[in-house]
Amino acid sequence: MSSQQHPFVTDDSKVLTETRDARLAGQDDRFNSRLREAFGSTPFILTKFDKFMNWVRGSSMFMLQFGIACCSIEMMHTYAVKHDLDRFAAGVPRASPRQADVIIIPGTIVSKFAPRMKRVYDQMPEPKFVIGMGSCTISGGPFQEGYNVIKGAEEVIPIDIHIPGCPPRPEALVYGVAKLQERIANGESSPVVVKPYELEQFGDLERDEIVEQLAEDIDTDDLVMRYNWGDSP
Amino acid sequence: MSLEEQLPETVAEGQSADELAELLGDLVIDRDDHVNAPGFVIRPDTVQDALRRLRDDAGFDHLSCVTAQEYEDRYESIYHLKKYNDPTQEANVIVPADKEHPVSQSAEPVFRTADWHEREAYDLIGIDYEEHPDLRRILLPDTWQGHPLSMDYDQDQPQIVSLREHANPLQEDQRSDSDSDTMFLNIGPHHPATHGVLHVKATLDGEQVADVESDIGYLHRCEEQMCQTKTYRHQIMPYPDRWDYISAGLLNEWAYARAAEDLNDIEVPEYAQIIRTMGAELCRMAAHFLALGTFALDVYGDFTAIFMYAVRDREEVQNILEDLTGQRLMFNYFRLGGVVWDLPEPREEFFEMTRDYLDRLPEHLEEYHDLVTGNEILQMRTIDTGILPPEVAKSYGATGPVARGSGIDYDLRRDDPYGYYDELDWDVIVKDGCDNYSRLLVRMLEVEQSAKIVEQCIDLLEDWPEDERNIQSNVPRTLRPDDDKEIYRAVEGAKGELGIYMRADGTEKPARFKIRSPCFSNLQTLPEMSNGEFVPDMIAALGSLDIVLGEVDR
Repeated sequence: MSSQQHPFVTDDSKVLTETRDARLAGQDDRFNSRLREAFGSTPFILTKFDKFMNWVRGSSMFMLQFGIACCSIEMMHTYAVKHDLDRFAAGVPRASPRQADVIIIPGTIVSKFAPRMKRVYDQMPEPKFVIGMGSCTISGGPFQEGYNVIKGAEEVIPIDIHIPGCPPRPEALVYGVAKLQERIANGESSPVVVKPYELEQFGDLERDEIVEQLAEDIDTDDLVMRYNWGDSP
Repeated sequence: MSLEEQLPETVAEGQSADELAELLGDLVIDRDDHVNAPGFVIRPDTVQDALRRLRDDAGFDHLSCVTAQEYEDRYESIYHLKKYNDPTQEANVIVPADKEHPVSQSAEPVFRTADWHEREAYDLIGIDYEEHPDLRRILLPDTWQGHPLSMDYDQDQPQIVSLREHANPLQEDQRSDSDSDTMFLNIGPHHPATHGVLHVKATLDGEQVADVESDIGYLHRCEEQMCQTKTYRHQIMPYPDRWDYISAGLLNEWAYARAAEDLNDIEVPEYAQIIRTMGAELCRMAAHFLALGTFALDVYGDFTAIFMYAVRDREEVQNILEDLTGQRLMFNYFRLGGVVWDLPEPREEFFEMTRDYLDRLPEHLEEYHDLVTGNEILQMRTIDTGILPPEVAKSYGATGPVARGSGIDYDLRRDDPYGYYDELDWDVIVKDGCDNYSRLLVRMLEVEQSAKIVEQCIDLLEDWPEDERNIQSNVPRTLRPDDDKEIYRAVEGAKGELGIYMRADGTEKPARFKIRSPCFSNLQTLPEMSNGEFVPDMIAALGSLDIVLGEVDR
C-alpha cells in the first residue's frame, strides 16, 4: 500500500474512473495489504500443511442450527445481537447437517431423540466437532434421575468441549467456542472415554427378554438404539 | 371428605356442589372433594354421560386437564372441568378403575382435547381408555416397555428405541394407498421451523395439506417424576423454570407457588405479590418478543431484522430480570410465601433502568408494527390463514393468546385473580379474527398491557414504606400437607392456562404432581388450522401457536 493516505471518495463516477485507471495501468494495489507488507518481499510462507488446515478449520466454522431445549434460547442469544458469535468466525448457523462442521448440543437428550441426534451427527461431513452446552449434555443435569433421560450426550456421540451451566450464559458459550477453535488450531482432540449407545440393526442385538418381547413389533433390519439404564453412570 | 366446608364460595354463584350432584343423579357413586372444587366419583363406564351432562346442562365447557394416577388399590382418572365464562367455577369428575385391568371410558367424544390427555395417561400410567379413537403412546417411543409413573415400574430395565423415520417420501410405499396421489412429508424433529424438537408428519395433496399429525415426546424429560421425588419447600421450585423456558420462568414458578401455597394455606405478603406481578409480566414480555421474532422467522425466512430486534428487546428485559433475580433465564426467584430477596440496591437505579426501558418500548413497538403487522406481505401470509373457530378452540381446551385470538375472552389473571392483578388497571386483549394474524396481534398488544402493569408495580414499589417491605411470610421449614389433600390450581402463563395438580400423602413430597401445559392443549389444534391450507401456511399456523416443546413434552 502506498504511504499516501487517500481521502474517502464519495463521487461514484470518480471511483469508477480511478479503479479502471489503476487496473489498466497495472498499479492496482487492492491486494497489497498490510499483511503482505509484514511478510516482506517474498510471496511465500513456510508452514506445515496440517497446521495450515487446522488454522483454517478453526477460523471458519459453520454451526448446525440445532435447537433442543432451554440452552437453545441462550444459544440463539449468542448468535444474535449483543453477543454476536459471528465476530469469532463461528456464526453462520446452517440448517442442514451436510453443510455444518460444528454441532452445539443445547439441551437434554431423551431416549426418543438420541437416535435422531445420532443420525444428524452421522450426516455431518468430516472433520466435525461437537460442543456440549449445559449440564444436561454432561450428565443429564437436573433431570439425571429421569426414566427417559440420557445421562449425558457423550453416551451417544463424542463431545469435544463441555460448557457447564444451566443454562450457560452466552459469554460462556462464546468462551467455549473460542476454546474449541484454539484446540482445533493446535490439532488437539478429546479422548472418548464413554462407550456410546450405537444405532444397530435389531437383528444384531443379543437376544434376551426384551428383544424377544419386541420381536413382533420391530423388523430385524430396523435400526434401533438399546439403552441399558442399569449400566448408566 | 372434611374439605367440603372449604369449597370455593364462587361455586355458589353458578351451581352448588349439591346441585351438580343432583344433576349427575345416580351416576355419582361417591364424593371426593378437592381443595379447589367438588369431586364426583363415577363408574368407569359412565364417563361420557357424566361429562356430557356437566357440559350441556351445567355449562362446564372447558376440560382443563386429565390427571391419571395409581393408588395402592386402584387407578384413577380425574377430569378437571372449568367454565370459559368463569374459571373459578370448577368441578372434578373422578373415575376409579380396576387395579388388575384398569379400563375406563374415553371422554374424547365429548371433549376433543381428551384425545391427547388420555393418550398421555395411558402412556405414563397405563390406564386403558375404551372407545378412544387412537390409543397409543404419545410421549415415549412406541417400543417402550412398561408405564413409568405406575407403581411397579423398574427404571433400570433396558429399553429399545427404533429409528423408523427418514424413509424416502417419494417412495411408492409412502403414498397413502396405491391409486392415491397424496405424498408424505416428514418435518422434524430436527428442523428450524418446528420451534424445537417437534416432529410433524404431513400428508400433502398437491400443494395442500391433507393431514397433519404431530409426533411429540422428543423432549419428555420426566418433569412430573422429578417433582414427585422432590420436597415442596425448596426442591421443586427450580424445575418450573425449565417447563416453558422462553424466559417465562417466573410465570411457571407462580403456577407451582400458587398451587403449593393454597395446598399448605400459606399467605403471601402484599409487597411480595407486587414484586411477583412485576417480574411475571416482564417474563411475559420477553416470552412474547421471542414468539414475535420466531414467527417472523417462520414467515419471512432466515435471521431477519425482526428476529434481531426481538432479541435486542429480550436482552433488555433479561438485564432487568437479571438485576432482580440474579439469573438470565432460570430465575428460581419465588419461594413459597414470597420471593427470595428484595429488589436490588440501589433501588432508584433499578427503577430508573426499568422506567427507561418502558419509555423506549412504545417506539420499539411502533417499529415492530411497521415491520410486521403493517407489512403487506405478512398480512397476505397470515390474514385468513390458520383459521381456528372459537367452538373448536374450546373443545380442544385452547387457552392463552391462542384462545384470545379466536375471540374467547379468557384470561386467568382477570377471571381467577391472583397476585396483585385485580388491584391494577389493565385490559385483556381479545381479537376475533381467529387467524394467524390475530394471534400475533394479541401477543403484540399484550406486551403493551404487560408494560402498563410493570409501570404501575414500579410506582407502588417505589412508594412502599421502608419498614413494610415484607418479602416472605413465615413458612415452616418442612411442609407436610394432610394425607389425601388434593388441589388443582392454574395461572395465566405466557402460553395460556398453566395448571398444577398435586396430591399430598402426608409426606414432604407430593404423591402425584401433574402439569397442565397450555402448549400441550394448544398444539392439538394444529390439524384443525392447517388441513386444506398450503404447507407454508401450516408452518405459519405452527408459529402462531407459539409452542415450546419443553412444556408440551414436560
